Amino acid sequence: MSEKLTHSDIEEIMALIDGSSFDQLSLEMGDLKLSLRRTAPQSQAAAPAMEPVVTAPAASTNVPPAQPALPATEPATNANLIDVPSPMLGTFYKAGKPGAEPFVTIGSKVNPDTVIGIIEVMKLMNSVPAGISGTVAELVAPDGELVEHGQVLIRVQQD
Amino acid sequence: MAAIKRILIANRGEIAVRIIRTCRTLGIETVLAVSEADRDTLGAKLATRAVCIGPARSTDSYLKVGTIVEAAIGTGCDAIHPGYGFLSENEKLAEACSENQIIFIGPQTAHLKAVGDKLTARRHAVDAKVPLVPGGNVSNPQEAIALAPDIGFPLLIKAVSGGGGRGMKRVDRVEDLATMFDMAVSEATAAFGDGRVYMERLITVGRHVEVQILSDGETVLHVGERDCSVQRRYQKVIEEAPAPGLPEKMRHEILDAALRFARHIGYKSLGTVEFLVDCERDAFYFLEMNARIQVEHPVTEAISGLDLVAAQIAIAEGKPLKLTQDDIRLQGHSFECRINAEDIEADFRPSPGRVGDVWFPSATGLRVDTHIQSGAMISPHYDSMIAKVITWGETRPIALQRMRDILAICVLDGVKTNIALHRAILDDDAFIEGGIDTNYLGQLLAKRPAALAIEKEA
Repeated sequence: MSEKLTHSDIEEIMALIDGSSFDQLSLEMGDLKLSLRRTAPQSQAAAPAMEPVVTAPAASTNVPPAQPALPATEPATNANLIDVPSPMLGTFYKAGKPGAEPFVTIGSKVNPDTVIGIIEVMKLMNSVPAGISGTVAELVAPDGELVEHGQVLIRVQQD
Repeated sequence: MAAIKRILIANRGEIAVRIIRTCRTLGIETVLAVSEADRDTLGAKLATRAVCIGPARSTDSYLKVGTIVEAAIGTGCDAIHPGYGFLSENEKLAEACSENQIIFIGPQTAHLKAVGDKLTARRHAVDAKVPLVPGGNVSNPQEAIALAPDIGFPLLIKAVSGGGGRGMKRVDRVEDLATMFDMAVSEATAAFGDGRVYMERLITVGRHVEVQILSDGETVLHVGERDCSVQRRYQKVIEEAPAPGLPEKMRHEILDAALRFARHIGYKSLGTVEFLVDCERDAFYFLEMNARIQVEHPVTEAISGLDLVAAQIAIAEGKPLKLTQDDIRLQGHSFECRINAEDIEADFRPSPGRVGDVWFPSATGLRVDTHIQSGAMISPHYDSMIAKVITWGETRPIALQRMRDILAICVLDGVKTNIALHRAILDDDAFIEGGIDTNYLGQLLAKRPAALAIEKEA
């Protein structure tokens, strides 16, 4: 077996995964790490088995239904997008105060220290840094609603 | 008061499943707060909804008061059930609940204060004329040495904020007192964030007998006593109800003392008053009151027919007890064996991991409280309890035989468990006779090769 993956090798692997029932593939060969993920909407059905981690946000802040845990919020539509998960459970706010400009919008450039939102836990405001550098591609978590620990807040196209 | 419609369960493991069971019966929705490690647990599947509150470490998840309350508000819960351990007796949680118009399913903050601090609890015991083990508060090694002659050796140094046997030190000689005092303070600070300790006489031959209290604030009832003397390093292993071989006069005195204590503090909820029965002096002493549902509550449910969690919820809703003391009829005998994932051959080291096949058969007089099913993960982050096996019988020998039968045939693969130890105890003459003291298990383990030989034959 050759030491390096060629472009055609990767194409072949992608064709294989395309025809398979798998939604994700991780391959490690020496220093090389290849990670492939099937795009939505096909992966939605298989998501619970692979990503049981994130549950759907509550429907409304006041009296949300106690719905069963649901699979991940929409999976990333692009394999290069990086999820920015919530570091804690709390109420997520996109802006510093009601009516203010949101910290980030789609297209915003972020670096690891850029604040992307605030999570309120018992009247304490915790700022959430992006943790990575890139461009904001998706705003996932709704404003003013409960987010769980680990729930995806935004997705970032990495530089 | 309004009926509770949705409860946030701030706990995990078997007790989460136990609470969900009663909530389902009552038509109450449940939201289970889970850590990252507990997302796939049985409780998370059975609850109406599960919310992830943080990482596996309990200090970052199950012990975060603000996060728990926020989770309850955010999911529209009108009450929080704290289970046992974790935040079950935490005043801050009870306070945060009342500030946010959430019902705390447990006692009021004042009662948590009255019993949570052991020094305060001792004062209440004195006021309620409930007997206490000789002892007292000490804040430095000099005070400890000065008080020691009044108490006598051996004595115990205990953490004021401690519980469940943690933060206790035995001292046999005055020479060791200063060193042990410092160690106890360090341990108490590390474990509970409160370095205050007190000392008391160590009763060398004693039985652990506790009384189940049920109170709506007006009517204070007892649901009999439990004997939890089979302990290893202060951790209960087997519990039973009623306490075998207890003289009737003492039994009544103990039940009365428990009622006196609960009435004195105006207790309102489910609770347990613990006593130490001094076998050599034919006396009993107040240990503490636990203001929560206890691990071993099923043996009381077995002999009384009550659903204690349902009663606890009803009291929290403000409903008056519809019972009198005469309505509580205790029948038969019940045992509970705590099945833990631990290696009894290697000093009871926890043995977490993925379990293989699990099968607890159904049988007459049997109840199994567990969150573990075939293929489930026993997380290294939490306690090692796999299941509580509870049997009931018209008589003690019948309940005991049912326990032997179940432990002989149940299936629990993939991790090491303490089932062999349970079987050795159940076949031991002293245990069969009943009324053993808290030294019993240590002594049995000392002659362990013989005691555990049963497993090799099986």
